[in-house]
Amino acid sequence: MCGVCGCGEGAAHLEGHSHSHAPDLSQARMIQIEQDILGKNDRYARANRDHFIRHGQFVLNLVSSPGSGKTTLLTATLNQLKGAIPMAVIEGDQQTSVDAERIRATGIQAVQINTGKGCHLDAHMVGHALDELNLEANSLLFIENVGNLVCPAAFDLGETLRVVILSVTEGDDKPLKYPDMFAGAHLMLLNKIDLLPHVDFDVEKCIDHARRVNPDIQILALSARTGDGLRPWLEWLRNQRNALLNARIAQLETQMAILKARAD
Amino acid sequence: MHEMSLCESVVEILAEEARRQGFQRVKTVWLEIGRLASADPEAIRFCFDAVTRATVADGARLEIIDTPGQAWCERCAVTVEIKQRFDACPVCGDFPLRVIDGDALRVKQLEVE
Repeated sequence: MCGVCGCGEGAAHLEGHSHSHAPDLSQARMIQIEQDILGKNDRYARANRDHFIRHGQFVLNLVSSPGSGKTTLLTATLNQLKGAIPMAVIEGDQQTSVDAERIRATGIQAVQINTGKGCHLDAHMVGHALDELNLEANSLLFIENVGNLVCPAAFDLGETLRVVILSVTEGDDKPLKYPDMFAGAHLMLLNKIDLLPHVDFDVEKCIDHARRVNPDIQILALSARTGDGLRPWLEWLRNQRNALLNARIAQLETQMAILKARAD
Repeated sequence: MHEMSLCESVVEILAEEARRQGFQRVKTVWLEIGRLASADPEAIRFCFDAVTRATVADGARLEIIDTPGQAWCERCAVTVEIKQRFDACPVCGDFPLRVIDGDALRVKQLEVE
């Protein structure tokens, strides 16, 4: 049985209200419950997020359609940053561990989650993957979600930020066709820009579409294959991670000051 | 097809409530699905029947409460109704909209016995 959440083997979950009421079999009655359908996932996501904050971990949830170049982008990124920042990867796919093997070939540790029939990762799966990873404090963790522009949008994993990757071979109307995914993302990476001369993809139009569904979305264009535009992406990563670490430092300093005052 | 996992979550919520509140069977479930929520009502309906089989909600009727999407326009400083996330503000025709309602997925009410 899982020691964290008690899942498996029919174990009891947290209830907090264990006595039973005598059932009234005589008639139907109405019950107001007002429960979020995603409430359970959101509770696991909060637990993951608390864990990440406590350990100063910067976590990105990478979402896209299949074939957008997520894994190629990841291996290029890992090769550039390894040695400078401790990193790890959680790979989500319906089947196979092909992607995790590609990641491990860079020398970075990776855990593969196979969702089987599932079309998305959820926060519970990620919690278990964390048990398997030997994650150093202050790491940069990439979670590569299942390739799917629909379902992963609804499931918070506890990540720090969400990055949606869109390749120019997919069409500039994708942000309008799959608005939930773009509405929830902090950054949109336009990938495969080396192919722009060969496809009908209007970059300005795509940016306009993305901003319609999400006025705050940040946007970078690159080619993971040629390395063009990779530097601004790496800078974005460093800046965002530094912001997170500085916030954590400020928080710890406040706690230290309180402790010192109490010790005196 | 994440509607299947959403329906499985609904069944978990119902089973939990049945234990807590001591009822045997769910006759009707009222689900709020906001028009901007990331779930399709028809797909939910399809999955609901499959997933509730042999549970406390076997044979239950599903009522879907459809709530309109609402957004705040920063330019006009008004709340407006939108049908999709990429709609323009009906007042100024621009896109500085922030969704404030109509994206909920919630079990609202049950009829039980």
